[in-house]
Amino acid sequence: MAEHTIKAFDEEIDRLRGLIAEMGGRAEAAIENAMLALQRQDKTLAARVVADDKRIDAIEAEVEKLVIQVIALRAPMANDLRDVIAALKIVSVVERIGDYAKNIAKRVPLIATNTRTLEPIALLPSMGQVAGEMVHDALNAFAARDADLALAVIERDTVVDDFYNSVFRTLVTFMVENPKTISECAHLLFVAKNIERIGDHATNVAEMVYYAATGQTLPERERGADLQPED
Amino acid sequence: MTPMTEEQTNLTIDNPKMSARDVKVFYGEKQAIKGVSIDVGMDHVTAFIGPSGCGKSTFLRTLNRMNDTVASARVEGEITLDGENIYAPSMDVVQLRARVGMVFQKPNPFPKSIYENIAYGPRIHGLAASKADMDVIVEKSLRRAGLWDEVKDRLHDSGTALSGGQQQRLCIGRAIAVEPEVILMDEPCSALDPIATAKIEELIHELRGRYAIVIVTHNMQQAARVSQRTAFFHLGDLVEYGVTSDIFTNPRQERTKDYITGRYG
Ligand SMILES: Nc1ncnc2c1ncn2[C@@H]1O[C@H](COP(=O)(O)OP(=O)(O)O)[C@@H](O)[C@H]1O
Ligand SMILES: [Mg+2]
Repeated sequence: MAEHTIKAFDEEIDRLRGLIAEMGGRAEAAIENAMLALQRQDKTLAARVVADDKRIDAIEAEVEKLVIQVIALRAPMANDLRDVIAALKIVSVVERIGDYAKNIAKRVPLIATNTRTLEPIALLPSMGQVAGEMVHDALNAFAARDADLALAVIERDTVVDDFYNSVFRTLVTFMVENPKTISECAHLLFVAKNIERIGDHATNVAEMVYYAATGQTLPERERGADLQPED
Repeated sequence: MTPMTEEQTNLTIDNPKMSARDVKVFYGEKQAIKGVSIDVGMDHVTAFIGPSGCGKSTFLRTLNRMNDTVASARVEGEITLDGENIYAPSMDVVQLRARVGMVFQKPNPFPKSIYENIAYGPRIHGLAASKADMDVIVEKSLRRAGLWDEVKDRLHDSGTALSGGQQQRLCIGRAIAVEPEVILMDEPCSALDPIATAKIEELIHELRGRYAIVIVTHNMQQAARVSQRTAFFHLGDLVEYGVTSDIFTNPRQERTKDYITGRYG
């Protein structure tokens, strides 16, 4: 894309993109590390995920400040306007994604050390991986203004939802058969729910990216996020 | 990224007040407008934007035949007002310019009293039968121009003694006084400070619906603030015409996008 006549405007837009790329990278790492900590019962790693979340919060604040400044001083129009508004909305969603990862990490010490024997825990890493990739791709789509990649993220939301439904059923069955594990399994259920919410949020980001890139809003789609009552 | 292939825009609207079809304007050999078709309506303010020299003023002036006064200018194509061809030999140009009034960049009140500035037009068009009639017209016009309260106690002071913003509102009052149907404004705020500009913009907002208003502005924020439809001109072409909020959030044409996002030239 051609450069702005006013160079400082380009620099601000670049800085905005840089901050969002960093934030995305950190959110993705937080998800990955939280899942790893859970699997390995690694309390140190879990504590680091919690501590690192502060930087994600700080980036959100920085982006907010920068967006307000750009709107006030540059009066962005058209695709520039869509970009900065998307940036503002995306950081608030990614901040939430960071919180979900943090929430998973906080549960690690609460799940007893014998969790390793809990079969259902084996389902969670691949679910976490899909959600993490969705976050990664949604933010890459923003950086590249890639509407097709955004669409591909949106399509993957149902994969995470399906995972969640299957984890839910597995955990419920497991709890019925092993009542002593109910406390741990309840935590795992929340972990699964957190991952499912991460997938939803990545999908929201992808929708914003699609709008920023094309100027078109996507038609309202089926949201299969939550468990159906009959499940 | 979705390609911007859709044909630019709706050049036509329902119930147009004025319609231009394939209008070309030449200054001698040089072509300044290259076949422009557009409708403007009563219900909204229409803004013409585009880089300096793209032909905004030239095209605006075709709408009330102001180009007739430029010896080298030649206009081709068709322009209608309520369906009537304004370039037809039968068209009374003085009458046309009363129906399609114009406000210029630099406020240009006559070196006469405020009262006389307003009364001049109605007098030559025979709109007032008596002094009392004229008083009514002057007050009504100044009220509509948002100037009455500021000048009612000094109607016989010179119009040129007013501030720049007041002079411009006086000129708008002068255009209104002959009961036009269309008001053309060519960069009406470019000589004014931000407060005087805001007052003119507010005035345009109030006049909307009563007159078809077309405003040329090089200030995109102004176009965004005052208009409901925007036309983007570039090198004598009408590149894109559409609902203002669409033009500023999601222009269809690459040239429009580059211009309004500040990537032009
Ligand atoms: N009276 C004139 N004689 C010759 N050329 C003119 C005259 N008025 C305008 N032009 C030329 O026509 C083109 C369009 O000018 P104008 O309509 O004033 O543009 P804008 O209002 O968009 O700045 C420019 O190239 C300008 O130099
Ligand atoms: Mg001009």
